[in-house]
Amino acid sequence: MANDWPLWEIFIRGQHGLSHRHVGSLHAPDAEMAVLNARDVYTRRNEGVSIWVVKSEDVTASAPSRKGPMFDPSNDKTYRHPTFFDIPDEVGSM
Amino acid sequence: MFEFLLRMGDNTLVLGHRVSEWCGHAPVLEEDIALANIALDMIGQTRLWLGLAGEVEGQGRDADALAFRRDAWDFRNLLLVERPNRDFGHTLMRQFLFDLWHHERLSDLCLSEDDRVAGIAAKCVKEADYHLERSKDLIIRLGDGSAESHRKMQDALDALWPYVGEMFSDDTLDIEMNEAGIAPLPSSQRPRFDKALSATLALATLIRPESNFAQMGGRSGTHTEDLGHMLATMQFLQRAYPDARW
Repeated sequence: MANDWPLWEIFIRGQHGLSHRHVGSLHAPDAEMAVLNARDVYTRRNEGVSIWVVKSEDVTASAPSRKGPMFDPSNDKTYRHPTFFDIPDEVGSM
Repeated sequence: MFEFLLRMGDNTLVLGHRVSEWCGHAPVLEEDIALANIALDMIGQTRLWLGLAGEVEGQGRDADALAFRRDAWDFRNLLLVERPNRDFGHTLMRQFLFDLWHHERLSDLCLSEDDRVAGIAAKCVKEADYHLERSKDLIIRLGDGSAESHRKMQDALDALWPYVGEMFSDDTLDIEMNEAGIAPLPSSQRPRFDKALSATLALATLIRPESNFAQMGGRSGTHTEDLGHMLATMQFLQRAYPDARW
């Protein structure tokens, strides 16, 4: 039975002001039931104020095998990181 | 007042236990968790109703004593909630019929002139609202689903229909509660129930049975044998090892 149901990715906003965060996935026959199932599976202990569900098949992901070309080039360009500025003490924490 | 509170608490106790029997056995993981949540909600509500019942009675019995040390004829629950689980469709139909009644009942009790009753109802009605949303959605999806799921839901509705009438029958206790401003007559809920039921059944493509025959007796302590079997399991530990703690 569960094999007939599509998989849904579940995103929960923990509190107002934060963004929705991916918490896991579950099976459900449609979007409305996915929200109800997510409520029961992931928010039993007051974890959330809002739930998003997205069909897993609608997520397009980068390929793990392309990790090198995708991410390595940004790793050796230290000048892209704002680490060379002296911040005056008066500014406080940024 | 004590009897009235038993009626409220015994409904959620017996149905909560029935639903908990699915734990680890539901057809899919998500439903298993959802059913266990609903069972726990109902057991929590039982604690409030029977706790107050024990206080009102004043004999030193708490919610546990009332739950585990009474025999079947002392229970005041509706016959509907003691019906066995049978298949998943049957369980869901029983839940839906109960939730529809329960949500209306609690909404009415929020306006009770007894602050304690109104307070418990206000706490429980939010849970009942969610239970109803969930059971209604499932009834519609399964009723209007495959040929097999439709047949199972219609069979469940036909089998449980004789237990609907009891929810709306008035007896002398109901009349007393109504006159005291504690709880309105159960019969006053029927038109709202019928309207909401018709709307859901239409979406679920299910046919409401025509018969008005109603099995009665649960609310005055005359139960089906199924309740005895259930209590034998539920109460075993406290009966065999009174006051056991862990």
